[in-house]
Amino acid sequence: MIFQSASEIAAQIAAGEISAREVADAELERIAQVDGQIHAFLAVDAERAREQADAVDAKRAAGEPLGPLAGVPLSLKDIFCYQGLPCTCGSRILEGWHPVYDATVVKRLLAAGLVILGKVNMDEFAMGSSTETSGYGDTHNPWDLDNIPGGSSGGCAASLAAFEAALSAGTDTGGSIRQPAAVNGIVGVKPTYGSNSRYGVVAMASSLDVPGPFGRTVLDTALLHAAISGYDPLDSTAIDQPVPPVVRAAESGDVKGMRVGVVKELGGEGYQPGVMRRFNDCLGILERAGAQITQVSCPNFDYALGAYYIIMPSEVSANLARFDAMRYGLRVGDDGSHSVEEVMRLTRGQGFGAEAKRRIILGTYALSAGYYDAYYGSAQKARTLIVQDFTKAFEAADVLVSPTTPTTAWGLGERVDDPLAMYKADLCTIPSNMAGNCAGSFPAGLSPDDGLPVGFQVMAPPMADDRLYRVGAALEREVNGGRPLTSLIAGKPVGSGAGEVADV
Amino acid sequence: MALTAQDVAKLAELARIELSEGELAHLAPQLEVIIEAVAAVSQVAGADVAPTSHAVPMENVFREDEIRPSLSAQAALSAAPATEDGRFRVPRILEEEA
Repeated sequence: MIFQSASEIAAQIAAGEISAREVADAELERIAQVDGQIHAFLAVDAERAREQADAVDAKRAAGEPLGPLAGVPLSLKDIFCYQGLPCTCGSRILEGWHPVYDATVVKRLLAAGLVILGKVNMDEFAMGSSTETSGYGDTHNPWDLDNIPGGSSGGCAASLAAFEAALSAGTDTGGSIRQPAAVNGIVGVKPTYGSNSRYGVVAMASSLDVPGPFGRTVLDTALLHAAISGYDPLDSTAIDQPVPPVVRAAESGDVKGMRVGVVKELGGEGYQPGVMRRFNDCLGILERAGAQITQVSCPNFDYALGAYYIIMPSEVSANLARFDAMRYGLRVGDDGSHSVEEVMRLTRGQGFGAEAKRRIILGTYALSAGYYDAYYGSAQKARTLIVQDFTKAFEAADVLVSPTTPTTAWGLGERVDDPLAMYKADLCTIPSNMAGNCAGSFPAGLSPDDGLPVGFQVMAPPMADDRLYRVGAALEREVNGGRPLTSLIAGKPVGSGAGEVADV
Repeated sequence: MALTAQDVAKLAELARIELSEGELAHLAPQLEVIIEAVAAVSQVAGADVAPTSHAVPMENVFREDEIRPSLSAQAALSAAPATEDGRFRVPRILEEEA
């Protein structure tokens, strides 16, 4: 049963064909079986997951209406505050910290009757594209255990590709939902900035961060999107508008007459040939479904990566200043011989990993007197130009498209000591964070050169998130013969339908 | 521009991060490569381009100033590394013992 989609699982629970408790037990059993190889989970919350499942079953028995995802098991990125479980954010500096309130996203998940199985691994403070900067070990890609699962939400994506959960909630600052979704062959959407609450989400770069959904199917992802989205007075940058009709769009998949703009700057030279091949195949699918394919140019996207690596570390250096060893988290050197400043320095030196240190120092540099105008000031202007490129491109096209990432998953360890190579994994995803518009990654099939999953990125204007799902659903019907991609860990060779895999 | 280990040490001090000699030597060339790669950004926009700090148009958000439930002192202190008399206990602030 756990190899089915979230919507199928929910429908069977609602119909009384299976109980939510049976699903939760099967999923916990699956985690016990395969997570030794994947290491997606940092904490499994079996007892409460069973209680949450029982509550759904009791509700059904009492004849109360169930939501469309009631009883569906979900994994949660370890960046969301969820009382009763530690929140490490992938960092040793927060080891053992228990939040004292729930994130808005968590409250909404629980209200929708989702069953939270536990918390999953991530790059430290969401900084990375491979989950290797986590202070709690590597997560392995279910398609090839020697490969990275993407990042920073690598645990989310890997847990879905390994069928350890039916849905997952993550966050995206520069591609942290879309890139792991792409390299795991699943769906991941970065909603419009401000449409999903950041309350209770450990902050990385506040003008860029947004929580969002992962699923194995387009409809599942849309259902989760609808469940967690919407205005929240506790987030001062929340957009007070209705959630776009994402579920209806995922059910429709109608792209007739839709203008699909291929971004000239995101593709071609420097991109893996197999990635471009699958990208072009997807354009063919959309064209046959009635979309009009056009070319658009966004010349300032060439500066997006550079501007991002000034703005993001600047915000990081400010946000991570809160880890001062005084009110919560690690404290080192408090033996009476060190002053408060020394304790801060020792704690941050020991508690932060290499990438966190790199970015904090980079941000400190970009914001320091004498460099502010050349770096932070210039990057903010480049951001304006990127927003203008999007505005112009969205006059010529309803959605913009590109590969999600220039390559498929690379080997664990390959880019660990080459930060720039690591950063380039987010070349295509960063522009949408800079402009705040929505974007999603949808499975494009397997790259013919290495047999690994490729992601197709769709970008739409702010609060037009439904368009992403329309395109994603149109692709899903044709890619891989209309069957979901199934990772090797699922026990079957690539290309076999999920339904053919024996239940555990 | 060349970024030396001394420059990185100065930045680490501003950021309150203790770094070993080894870390300083490792970080300096890495940061220099990153800074070189992002430097082109300073050439992109002219003086006439307005900066964007936030992607969505922002307005100040107001609400009624009313008393609402909040964290108890006990909850707020529950994750503290050290407490004393219902308060956060911190290492000495001044260099000299009082």
